Amino acid sequence: MQHEAVASSQEHIQPSGEEVRDRTNDFAFKLANVNGTGSASANGLIMQAIFRMGIPVSGKNLFPSNIQGLPTWYEVRVNAKGHTARTSVYDLIVAMNAETYARDIREVRPGGYVLYDATWPLSPALARDDVTFLGVPYAQLCNENFTEVRERTLMKNIAYVGTLVALFDIDMDIVTGMLKEKFSRKPALMESNAKAIKLGYDYAREHFECPLPMKLEKMDATKGSILIDGNTATALGCVYAGATVAAWYPITPSTSVLDGFKAFCETYRTDKATGERRYCILQAEDELAAMGMVIGAAWNGARAFTSTSGPGISLMSELIGLAYYAEVPAVIVDVQRVGPSTGMPTRTQQGDILMCAYASHGDTKHVVLFPANPNECFSLAVKAFDLAEKLQTPVFLLSDLDIGMNDWVVPRLEWDDSYKPDRGRVLSKEELLALPTPKYYRYSPEDEHGVAARTLPGVHEKGSFFTRGSGHNKLGGYTEIPDEYQEVMDRLARKHRAARHLVPPAIIEKRPEATFGVVTVGGCDPAVREALETLEERGVHGDFLRVRAFPFGDEVEAFLAEHEIVYVVEQNRDAQLRSLLILETSVPKEKLRSITAYGGFPLQAHQVIEGIALP
Amino acid sequence: MSYIKKPLVRHPSLKTNQLGLTVRDYEGTMSTLCAGCGHDSITAAIVRAFFELDTPPHMVAKLSGIGCSSKTPAYFLSGAHGFNSAHGRMAAIATGAAAANRKLAYIGVSGDGDSLSIGLGHMSHAIRRNVKMLYIIENNGVYGLTKGQFSASADMGSKSKRGEANAQSPIDPVMLALSLGATFVARSFSGDKTQLVPILKAGLLHEGFALIDVISPCVTFNDHEGSTKSYVHTRKKQVPIVQTDFVPAAAEITAEYPEGSVTKVTTHDGATIHLRKMAADYDPTDRTRAMAMLRERQAAGEIPTGLLFLDPTGATEMHRGAKTVSTPLVDVPFDDLCPGHDALERLQAAYR
Ligand SMILES: Cc1ncc(C[n+]2csc(CCOP(=O)(O)OP(=O)(O)O)c2C)c(N)n1
Ligand code: SF4
Repeated sequence: MQHEAVASSQEHIQPSGEEVRDRTNDFAFKLANVNGTGSASANGLIMQAIFRMGIPVSGKNLFPSNIQGLPTWYEVRVNAKGHTARTSVYDLIVAMNAETYARDIREVRPGGYVLYDATWPLSPALARDDVTFLGVPYAQLCNENFTEVRERTLMKNIAYVGTLVALFDIDMDIVTGMLKEKFSRKPALMESNAKAIKLGYDYAREHFECPLPMKLEKMDATKGSILIDGNTATALGCVYAGATVAAWYPITPSTSVLDGFKAFCETYRTDKATGERRYCILQAEDELAAMGMVIGAAWNGARAFTSTSGPGISLMSELIGLAYYAEVPAVIVDVQRVGPSTGMPTRTQQGDILMCAYASHGDTKHVVLFPANPNECFSLAVKAFDLAEKLQTPVFLLSDLDIGMNDWVVPRLEWDDSYKPDRGRVLSKEELLALPTPKYYRYSPEDEHGVAARTLPGVHEKGSFFTRGSGHNKLGGYTEIPDEYQEVMDRLARKHRAARHLVPPAIIEKRPEATFGVVTVGGCDPAVREALETLEERGVHGDFLRVRAFPFGDEVEAFLAEHEIVYVVEQNRDAQLRSLLILETSVPKEKLRSITAYGGFPLQAHQVIEGIALP
Repeated sequence: MSYIKKPLVRHPSLKTNQLGLTVRDYEGTMSTLCAGCGHDSITAAIVRAFFELDTPPHMVAKLSGIGCSSKTPAYFLSGAHGFNSAHGRMAAIATGAAAANRKLAYIGVSGDGDSLSIGLGHMSHAIRRNVKMLYIIENNGVYGLTKGQFSASADMGSKSKRGEANAQSPIDPVMLALSLGATFVARSFSGDKTQLVPILKAGLLHEGFALIDVISPCVTFNDHEGSTKSYVHTRKKQVPIVQTDFVPAAAEITAEYPEGSVTKVTTHDGATIHLRKMAADYDPTDRTRAMAMLRERQAAGEIPTGLLFLDPTGATEMHRGAKTVSTPLVDVPFDDLCPGHDALERLQAAYR
């Protein structure tokens, strides 16, 4: 095909000449679809097939904030070395949405490929002579082979899976095996899917040279791993931690946490014979209520949580302050999206760091856990409940859309049956009766962490106390006396400081020749690691630290002290993590250089590299 | 109004209930409200209701929002856990508490400001969910604690202390509750203990959300001429539509109630509520007719009181609807909650 060249607007195309190198198990492609046409299952099929071939892979859903009809993209990156951060250098694009052809075709790197539906001719204006166009008449093939209208649309997507199987040399047995698993109870669907895949596959084998230079070869790198999204893993963590009450108000991108929780509870916590449920899910009228319900349930002794996103935290802040001051445990899952205000609901950001650390009016400070991937979503969710009850305070699990809604290849989730929930200091009836004092007092005596024993309603009259969000003294009584008020506030500050020895420590990786440090958080992890490895190949060495909790542990303080220059990499405009480090450690702020990316897409390694290379 | 601690000694001849407790055992700390505040009379009625129901105090959770009314849980049942939460949020917090532990009795005390403005959504949804709790609105038509602004229940044209007339139409919690599908709706007056105590008792035993709107005059900001929530006005205009008598399971006396004018309702624990209809055509179990009747009476300037509507079935109570186990969730052992290692291994096959 001869086409006129069209200038590329792609900003981050790597230097030319690279197309000659072997791209086996090291390339990225993008699938451009129309939302609501069933492309999600087609894309998931490819992603899972690559994973099952043992090759590190990641898939990023770049979807619009609507339900149907708008353009949606899915990016897949395969990388034998395990670098699975987002990359916007696409070796191939599957262009299934004519409305976005112009942009999609421009985005392919020189030397790359465009796979499109050739049922209709491509406009000459879209032509590029530095890429190869692969046309397959999907609509025509499907019209000839399927009778129902809906099937004809859906199967176009499945057909391009078949083409990619041929082009990338994906193991066909794996794909067929997956279809069998997926449609074991729906043989008719199984048959049409298999047929569509064969259509796309056969066409490619007949018309193109297969495989392409970028192809897949089986590896052993995903053994012991699973392919899972963060919200599902968080939901499982809440189930395993023994949470019984969940109160929430729907919001993207956190809704699937509750969907998951509900589904797992139906499986594991519903009596088969009677239908009785060992859990209670409350879909609240708003986030204010959701937080109130969590507080009420936790006050009564249940492990309770809510899941929301930034706008929800804004509303919950009032009651988060109540829980902090009255010392009621609560777990708040915040799956961050782009702010401020309604922002971009289906895009990712780390814009809630400061808000969560200090949520609510007055002097408040919270414990925040930062998972970086679904595996940590699971383990830190469990940890969040233990910390909330041990410290009798709200604990945030601060995830984000990229972690929560995209599928990640992570080590299998581990569970040790000897785990016992840390319920913290809760007095039993016997302990209450054995108290040396004639009465029980809510906020004293405290233990070494600054935590006093609590009691639960209904246990014994001696344990009764009055919970209040208004000024109270160390005995729990109402007060407006400065010293008495301050005494409680100082203890709360002590409790927060003590938390730094209880929270999960930062992940630190050092290189002997390092000349600087990089501190990052959450889902930035893969891009920062890739950047540091790439820089190392160029002779530039840096140490790595990823915080996993606020308050910061002593190891964070030490790392900051050890380095002359520390880059802080995060996804928000105002360098919130950097601000928190300045406020809460003794690091001189000149030391901390900020690298931020906040457009709404997952971080890429080149963004980090550019930040470090710049003076 | 007193800040001194109540003496712990009690008179040996004080009557005891089945638990061997006296009415003093159901009291709390001394009230700090203005002398004569209607809220204190309601507190006294609550104390009496729990005493007469033989409720173990520690099996009660008492919750409130913010306001003078919301302070009152401190003044009854010292032996119960209390939660003085945030302005308007009591219903949500009580809902969560009830979700976690269904074996406690829940009593929520709120004000008309707390419930009908900032907390309107939460109260409405607690009604919709039919959370098993007694929800009391201590209704004085003003914001007491913030010194006398009109609340959403202030009647149109009623006057503030400074003589300013209210220009907006009120939210009537009773009509609201009825239209939201509440299963127990009552109105009473803080100055009418004879009527209030049996209604409180019936509400506490109701298998679902029991709303009681209690006109409770604020002597400091709303007890003057021109107020429609004053003592004088309420005494003059109150019309008992239904006389409520509460009869414990063991001591039913039916002779007092002539056939035809009495509706008998049996609560889930076997006790009986007698609703004696003062108006012949009033059916307290017919929601539509109850609403029509209330509208007529209110239009005529009356304040209809009594247990105005009751659906005794309890079918839609929150836990029943959610099919929650009968064991309170807080008492379910961890082993019955955590699926364990093997289940996780099996589950992960689906993520390969
Ligand atoms: C979020 C919030 N807004 C405002 C207030 C101030 N405030 C305290 S009590 C109250 C009104 C109380 O009125 P009501 O509930 O009718 O109780 P009353 O004092 O009349 O018994 C207000 C507005 C508050 N405490 N919190
Ligand atoms: S201000 Fe009014 S509502 Fe508040 S305590 Fe005094 S009389 Fe009661």
